[in-house]
Amino acid sequence: MAVEMLSYIERKSPVHQLTGVTKLVCFLIWSTVAMLTYDTRVLLFLFLFSICVFIVSKVKLKEVAFVLLFILFFLMINNLAIYVFSPQEGVKIYGTSHVLVEISGRYTITIEQLFYQINVTLKYFTVIPAAILFIVTTNPSEFAASLNRIGVSYRISYAVALALRYIPDIQRDFRTIALSQQARGIDMSRKEKLPRRIKNAASIIIPLILSSLDKIEMISNAMELRGFGKNKQRTWYRARPFQKIDILTLILFTLILLVSLYVTFHDGNRFYNPFS
Amino acid sequence: MKKPVIQFENYSFQYRSQTAPTLHEINLTIYEGEKVLIIGPSGSGKSTLGHCLNGLVPFSYKGEVSGSLKISGENTKNLDIFSLSKKVGTVLQDPDGQFIGLTVAEDIAFALENDGAPQTQMFAKVAEVSKMVDMADYLDSSLHQLSGGQKQRVSLAGVMVDDVEILLFDEPLANLDPATGKYAIELIDRIQKETNKTVVIIEHRLEDVLHCHVDRIIVVDDGRIIADMTPDELLASPILEQCSIREPLYVKAVKYAGCEITPEMQPAHIESFQVDGCKDQLANWFRKADASIPKQKSESILELKDITFGYTTGKKTIQGVSFSIEKGEMVSIVGKNGAGKSTLSKLICGFEKPNAGRIYYRGKDISEDTIKERAARIGMVMQNPNQMISKQMIYEEVALGLVIRGVPEAEIKERVLKTLKICGLYPFRNWPISALSFGQKKRVTIASILVLEPEIIILDEPTAGQDFRHYSEIMEFLAELNRHGVTIIMITHDMHLMLEYTPRAVVIAGGRKIADDTAVNVLADSQIIKEANLKETSLFELAIRSGIGEPKEFVRRFIAYDREVRQQWQ
Repeated sequence: MAVEMLSYIERKSPVHQLTGVTKLVCFLIWSTVAMLTYDTRVLLFLFLFSICVFIVSKVKLKEVAFVLLFILFFLMINNLAIYVFSPQEGVKIYGTSHVLVEISGRYTITIEQLFYQINVTLKYFTVIPAAILFIVTTNPSEFAASLNRIGVSYRISYAVALALRYIPDIQRDFRTIALSQQARGIDMSRKEKLPRRIKNAASIIIPLILSSLDKIEMISNAMELRGFGKNKQRTWYRARPFQKIDILTLILFTLILLVSLYVTFHDGNRFYNPFS
Repeated sequence: MKKPVIQFENYSFQYRSQTAPTLHEINLTIYEGEKVLIIGPSGSGKSTLGHCLNGLVPFSYKGEVSGSLKISGENTKNLDIFSLSKKVGTVLQDPDGQFIGLTVAEDIAFALENDGAPQTQMFAKVAEVSKMVDMADYLDSSLHQLSGGQKQRVSLAGVMVDDVEILLFDEPLANLDPATGKYAIELIDRIQKETNKTVVIIEHRLEDVLHCHVDRIIVVDDGRIIADMTPDELLASPILEQCSIREPLYVKAVKYAGCEITPEMQPAHIESFQVDGCKDQLANWFRKADASIPKQKSESILELKDITFGYTTGKKTIQGVSFSIEKGEMVSIVGKNGAGKSTLSKLICGFEKPNAGRIYYRGKDISEDTIKERAARIGMVMQNPNQMISKQMIYEEVALGLVIRGVPEAEIKERVLKTLKICGLYPFRNWPISALSFGQKKRVTIASILVLEPEIIILDEPTAGQDFRHYSEIMEFLAELNRHGVTIIMITHDMHLMLEYTPRAVVIAGGRKIADDTAVNVLADSQIIKEANLKETSLFELAIRSGIGEPKEFVRRFIAYDREVRQQWQ
C-alpha cells in the first residue's frame, strides 16, 4: 500500500552503496557540526551540500514529502515561539540593533532577530534532510550490523532494526483499523470537535496496540526458537566490508567537521556577525 | 528396533495462569525418521504438546512440569531452549509474523548469525538450503512480496540450516489456499524422504495432510492422547467423530451410505480406498437422499459494474470486475492469496476508491458515498478480531457504533441486548472481552457490526484458524442470520466453507472475475480450479469411482445431508 513512509527505499546510488557504519558516523558528524555552529557561512554550505547528497541518493522528494512537511510545521511553531518569548535575542547576540518595523515595546522587529531566526531555520534544514536520508537509504538489517560494529550490544541493535522494519507494518495496520472504525461511525475528520476526536483516536490506538502485542509475542518466540540471544556475539549476513568509497567519504566528512569547526570558532564566537 | 527420538513419559504440564493441567499423563514415543501427525480440536492441548517439543514450554510459557520428556535420549530438563532449537526445528503457523530478516536470504541465515558463523559459510549454507526448498532464485526478494506458499518455504529453510533432527510443523496449512496447501504437504513429504528427518505435523485439517503418506496419527483431546494408530486404523474407528474432527469427506460419505469402514479398505487416501464393496450402498443412498431446493430469484441488492482499481498507478489489482448480489444471498468470493479478494471488499465498503466503474446499492449509485454512509448498509468484519475491538467490556464494544451515532440510551440497550442474544453472547454481556476465546471474540465483532442493522455483511475469512466445531458454530450462526434476511458475502479460501454454506461462488484470479457459478460447478471445473489455486473435492472422485453417473448431484446431496446431520449435534 502506498502509505509507507520513513521506511527503507531500495535504489542503486552511491549513497546506498556506503556501509551502514559509514552513514551512521557521517550522520553523527553532520549533526554535531550543525548543532555546534551558528555560523551562517558554514550552515549555508552544509545546506547546499545536503541538497547535493539528496540528489545523488536518487530518493525522490515526493517520497519523503509528508515527513518533511510535518517537520516544517514544527519548525514554524518553533520560530514563532522564539519570537514570542525572546524577540530581542538577535540584538543580544550581535550587539547591534537595526530596526525594521516598529512594534510596541520589545516586539520591534530587528534585522538581527530575523538573521538569527534564519540561522535557526538553516540549522533545521541541514539536519533534517540528512536524518531522513539516513533512514531511507540504510537497510535496517545492515544498520543493526553497523550499530553492533561501533560497540552497541547486538540485542539493542536488533531491537532498533526491528522497530525500523515494523514501521511500514504498523502504518498498514493503523490504516486498516482506522478505516474499519470509521465504518462503525467513528469520525476522525475535522467535522468532529477536538475533545471528541481525541477520544475517538483511542478507539484506533487500543486495537493497534493489542494487535501489535500479538505480533511482538509471535516474533519474540520465533527469534528465541532460532537461537537469538544464545551467544555474546553474533555475525551478520548483511554485514559489508569497508570499501574505498567508505574511507573517502569518512575522510571528506572529517575534513568538513574540522573546517567548519575552525571557521566557526576561530574568532572565538559561535555566531557569524555580518553587522560589525 | 528403531531409535526413539521423542519420548514422553507420564508427562503433565500446567500453565502458570491456569487452574487445571493442559496436558495429562502423556506417554508417547516417536522414532527416528517417522512422520507423525498430531490432531485434535482447539484447546485440546495439541499446540502445547508442540511447545513442549521446541522448548517454548516451559522456557517462554512458564508452568509446572511433571514426568519426563527426552529428546534424542536427553532429558529436556537438562537442556535450554537454544540447545533444543538445534534438535527441533519449528515452522510456526503464521509465516508473516515469524519473519525476522528483511529479505529471503537474511531470514534463512538468522539461526546461523546467532551461532556466530562466518559470512562465507553463511552464504554457502543459505545457497544450499534455499535450493532444497526451491527458493534459490528469490534470495534477495523482500519477504512481503512473496506468496503464502513461498513464505512457508522460506520459514522451512530457516530451520533447516541448523541440521535439526526433528522438524515440527505447527498448523502449516492454516494460512494457505487449497492448492498451495497441497504443495506444502508434498514439499514436507519430499524433504522428509530426502533427509530422513523425523517430522511432526500439528494440524486439524486431516484430509489435506493425508494427501501424502503419514506413518502414525496421534489424536489429542482434553489434554490426553486418546488414539495412536495408523491412518487406516483411525479412519475405520469412531474416534474422529467423538472428538469432532472433520473426517475426510469421502469417508464420511461412505459412512452415511451405511457401509462399515475397515482398515483393510485402506481409507487413508482416496486413491488407495477400496470402495468396490460399497458401490451398491452408495448408489442406494444417492437415490434416497434429497435433492437440494432450487433457489428463488429476488431483487438485486448490490451491484458492481466494471470495477477497476490499482494501489499504485499502472499496476491494476482489480480489473473490470462486475457482479450482482441478490437480497438474502450467501455468496463466497474465492481465489488464491493475493488475487484481489480483500481489495474487492475494501472497494465495496468505500475504504478505497475505484479508478473506474460504479457500485450500486438497490439500484442506486453509491460510488460517491462516504465510508460512514455505506457503513449503515454494508458492514465489514475483519479477519483478525483484535483489529476491531477497542473497548474492555462486551456490552460497551457492541454498543460503540450506536453511542457514536447518538442513538437514545434506551434504544441502545434494547438493540444491543437483542443482538447479543442472536449471537449467543447474552450470558457473557458483562464479561471483559479479554476473557473470551478467539471464536467468541469473532462473534463480538460480528455483533458490533450487526447491531448497526446493515443489510449486507462482508466477512473476511470468517473461519480462519478455527477447528471443526467452532467452524460449524460460526457458520451455522451466519446461516441463521442469513435466514433472517441478512445478505452475507464471505471472502475465503476454505473449500469446505464455500461448498457447504454458500450456494454461489464468485472466483477471482489475477484481479479478474473468472467464474460466477454454483460452488459445486466451480469445483467441478478443472480450468477454474487450476487458475484460482483451488482443489477438487474428494467427493467427485468417490462418485466417479463408485460408478455414480452424476458426481455434481452426488456432491450436492452429500452437502445437504451432512449439514442436517451436523445441525443435530449443535
